[in-house]
Amino acid sequence: MIPPLVMQLLDSLAALLLLLSFAMLAQRRIVTLVDLFALQGAVLCAATLLLAWRTGEVNLYLSAALTLSVKVIALPRLLHAMIRRLGVYWDTDPLLNISGTMLVGVPIVVFAFGLAQPISALASTATRSAIGIAIAVILLAFLTMITRRKAMSQVIGFLSMENGLFFGAMCASYGMPMIVELGVALDVLVAMLVLGVFFFQIREQFDSLDLDRLESRREAP
Amino acid sequence: MRPIDWFTQALAVAVALAAAPLFLGWVNQCRAWLQNRRAASLWQPYLGLRKLLHKDPVIAREASPLFRAAPYVVFAAMLAAAAVIPSMGTRLPMGAAADAIVLVGLFATARVFLALAAMDVGTPFGTLGARREMMVGFLAEPALLMVVFVASLISATTALPVISEHLALRPLELSPSLAFTGVAFTMVLLAENARIPIDNPATHLELTMIHEAMVLEYSGRHLALMEFAASLKLLNYACIGFALFLPWGSATGRSGPLALALALPALGAKLALAGAALATIETVSAKLRVFRAPEFLATAFLLAVLGMLVHLLLGD
Repeated sequence: MIPPLVMQLLDSLAALLLLLSFAMLAQRRIVTLVDLFALQGAVLCAATLLLAWRTGEVNLYLSAALTLSVKVIALPRLLHAMIRRLGVYWDTDPLLNISGTMLVGVPIVVFAFGLAQPISALASTATRSAIGIAIAVILLAFLTMITRRKAMSQVIGFLSMENGLFFGAMCASYGMPMIVELGVALDVLVAMLVLGVFFFQIREQFDSLDLDRLESRREAP
Repeated sequence: MRPIDWFTQALAVAVALAAAPLFLGWVNQCRAWLQNRRAASLWQPYLGLRKLLHKDPVIAREASPLFRAAPYVVFAAMLAAAAVIPSMGTRLPMGAAADAIVLVGLFATARVFLALAAMDVGTPFGTLGARREMMVGFLAEPALLMVVFVASLISATTALPVISEHLALRPLELSPSLAFTGVAFTMVLLAENARIPIDNPATHLELTMIHEAMVLEYSGRHLALMEFAASLKLLNYACIGFALFLPWGSATGRSGPLALALALPALGAKLALAGAALATIETVSAKLRVFRAPEFLATAFLLAVLGMLVHLLLGD
């Protein structure tokens, strides 16, 4: 017995989200990182639309529209503009080399899948099997933040984590209440603006967006 | 076993032997067209082999018997592999002798002998090529095994003909795990057959070559065997790919001679497509630095592992 085409498509999109997380983990160019983030948002949007069509939940249509406008259009444009103005195009030497990072990612995915099993058993949604992928996306975004030096790529990791959270909520309970989603979307936008201001401040103080330098800061005597 | 199964078996080996240089010629021709060069004839690899077979081999004074034996071992391993890969029919009497893991082992045997022979004479180029080949090999092998394991998990067996039959007969569905492993397998194929992102088959520039460096000391019929084995290896990999990812068209189950007669043109069409795709990949991608090869193969391994994990989670 094979599941209906919509569910197959949803599963494929979930797998694609996971793949994009790994692609972001491996990407050295920040410009491409932003594009990958936008692509992840687009995949998330497509998955939300499909699920909305399958379940008939109006909330999910709104959520998809929100994802499209904030994560596919607004944030990537903001990030691109910031990259141009700050002139940070590369995050060349991550703390761990790329193949090492990707191999660390595999046990993380295994861990996430194990973690999701009891949750999936309790959930009653059609998409419950993909909860593991949502948790994996969140943890991989964490890993991206940990292994990068530049503030820019750490912020993109943070935003990608938010994608994972949305996807998890969608899989586990067909989305969060609308008011929460709106609040989160607004939060992310505001956070991005505030962080943008921070970037400029950090660069002015340290002549670099390399966050390691923050640690060597001492109080002036 | 029915007589037709033995006929299928004999046909599979005969077609592999006959088609391997032709497939290589086709890939070279596509590559030349894509690069705006005038293509050599489709039969060029055969002419090359004939020329080499007519020449006397020159062997270094220091060469040990292993150096002479290696071409035969490598060729035999590739021929044995061709016998257990279901390229046209899935009822292969020899298929029970070796499952997919043994198949990977056969490739490993060939690689070890090739590398030993390359180091045997003691020229620096041979040693360099052997070292690089072993580096690529030890990274590509787990990726290939993972690809095989995903297909094995789906069909609950490690016998390649049975896997192929199961995949061909099951209802059509979107399968992210097979898509991931398909990409991973393509990457392994490129690396293992000394194709462009890892090695350039058309160059004798010492800094970049891997496979060519290893067979540098060979001449005459030994070189002919080595080159024949290399083209057979490419064909074998392509046929493994068809068995796992494009299993439709080959004769399955208890089908008769008609299915087998249809399987031959199907294989030809698949090979023509795969050759064109391979040439396209090689034309659009640049050769990686040797030190980036581990990254390339780690990605292949990762994709295969992701395919397996996604299969276990989503159960497609």
